[in-house]
Amino acid sequence: MNELVFFINNVVIAGSVTGSIYAIGAIGVTLIFSIMRFAHFAHADMMTFGAFMVLLLTTAFPAAGASIGVPTAILMLPLAMVLTAVLAVGIDKAFYKPLRAHGVKPIVMVIGSLGVTLMLQGLIRLFAGTSGQSLYVDDRKEIFRIALPFEGARAPIVITEPQIYLFVITIVAVVALHFFLSRSRLGKAMRAMSDNPELAQASGINTNTIVAVTWVIAGGLAAIAGTLLSLDVTFKPDLSFFLLLPIFAAAIVGGVGHPYGAIAGGFVVGFAETLAVFNWNVLLRPFRDSLPAWLELPNNLAFVGTEYKIVVPFFILVAILVWRPTGLFKGKVIS
Amino acid sequence: MSSTQPQPLLEARDVHGGYGSMNILNGVDMTLYADEVGVIVGPNGAGKSTMLKAIFGLLNVNHGEILLNGQPIHNLPPNRLVERGMGFVPQEKNVFPSLTVKENLEMGAYLKPQNVKRMLEQVYDFFPPLVEKRHQPAGELSGGQRQMVAMGRALMAEPSLLLLDEPTAGLSPLYMNEIFDRVKKINAAGVGILMVEQNAKQALAIADKGFVLAAGQNRFTDTGAALLANPDVAKSFLGG
Repeated sequence: MNELVFFINNVVIAGSVTGSIYAIGAIGVTLIFSIMRFAHFAHADMMTFGAFMVLLLTTAFPAAGASIGVPTAILMLPLAMVLTAVLAVGIDKAFYKPLRAHGVKPIVMVIGSLGVTLMLQGLIRLFAGTSGQSLYVDDRKEIFRIALPFEGARAPIVITEPQIYLFVITIVAVVALHFFLSRSRLGKAMRAMSDNPELAQASGINTNTIVAVTWVIAGGLAAIAGTLLSLDVTFKPDLSFFLLLPIFAAAIVGGVGHPYGAIAGGFVVGFAETLAVFNWNVLLRPFRDSLPAWLELPNNLAFVGTEYKIVVPFFILVAILVWRPTGLFKGKVIS
Repeated sequence: MSSTQPQPLLEARDVHGGYGSMNILNGVDMTLYADEVGVIVGPNGAGKSTMLKAIFGLLNVNHGEILLNGQPIHNLPPNRLVERGMGFVPQEKNVFPSLTVKENLEMGAYLKPQNVKRMLEQVYDFFPPLVEKRHQPAGELSGGQRQMVAMGRALMAEPSLLLLDEPTAGLSPLYMNEIFDRVKKINAAGVGILMVEQNAKQALAIADKGFVLAAGQNRFTDTGAALLANPDVAKSFLGG
């Protein structure tokens, strides 16, 4: 029983947390690719920017959340989403739009976005410093311990307050995006432009509007992902940057240009990472008596050590590119 | 043409144009009235599709002029031409494959969302097979049904002139006749039609006006029936 609790805490909850963050990040990457046809490497730093905005606002008004009973950081999230969306549209106007107007190859856009990455990271470091800071400025991070009503269940299921917010906000964001893409006129036009840009133009769809809407959505989602990640651990200027690889792996696993695929890909990569570093010894321990005597279980029976977690999305990426380059849901191939 | 004729829907005078500065069209003239079906035929490389693209603003017109309802339109971008009542159905990639049939049609009326409901009914009237398929992604349809979606999408904007680039390319004879049948019906509903066709005989049979192009110039221009009856046209362009 205790082994099962250990599994829930270390795989089910941890995997869902990682998966949700990857999924929200990957949706943004995949939307940008489907409309502008380039891999936006500055996406992770847009996530950091969103979290940084939350940090600034929370530091400025630390007690704002207490009045309505939510952590101040969560209260500030919508405002940070707006600011990040404005930043995203501004970055596009200043850096990507001139490149598009020149009709450059996608790789030039990718390199341009690398430049934006460096600028954003430098800018955030300039103001935030390099050390970790908690987004819980005034509030206390609640930790819920749910004891199981079984005999002999000693360890409780542990879930923290930001993790609960993470799950709720992820579900809300995904459902809202689904309705936007499948019901609204703009959302359908976005899908149309992703399918066939020339025909979209011939139908009278203003492609500049669609590009702006894409940046607003990608920026807003980036702020959500960055903030929820920083709430779960702490805010650091390079925290999201190290998620760039798994987020791109998630987008490619799901099929680039496919928002639902990005969600699936996010959870596939998130759970794969978590399962790879999980200590399987714990689950095998109860069956020790029935195992052959010569089989000695090592104390740590994980596929890879925690410090090598980052190789997992890398291997998934290589595997999917070799065997199914269009991803689980037939997507486009990044060129 | 007598002077009592109403203003032509489309008029092209001595059009030269092509990709960049290289001309594929070397002086094409065309006049089409609102109640007419015009068909452009001719050998490969004669500039048939190029002429259609030049009218829809997809490539450069270097000399000459194109008028829509008497207004010059050459070198206007496609989205402005949609606003002015022109619809264009490309030969290839003419649907949004991941969007459903209904969503494809809705995109056609993107600039006039208030008309969607009324126009959907009208398009389903023209193409009854689409009603049943309306919630299916357009990419899963057969070639003939996809052509119907493409034409339906263009019709959703209530165009006064519909340009069709080889609407029957790659279709079975059964579907070909069905498409030509729809073209006549759409025309009867008040939409001028100009189409490029490889199936020249069948197309000229429904044409009020036929334009035989060769090497980027008009070779013969007459009614469809007269062109079919013309032994020179038959010998050189319709395979005897």
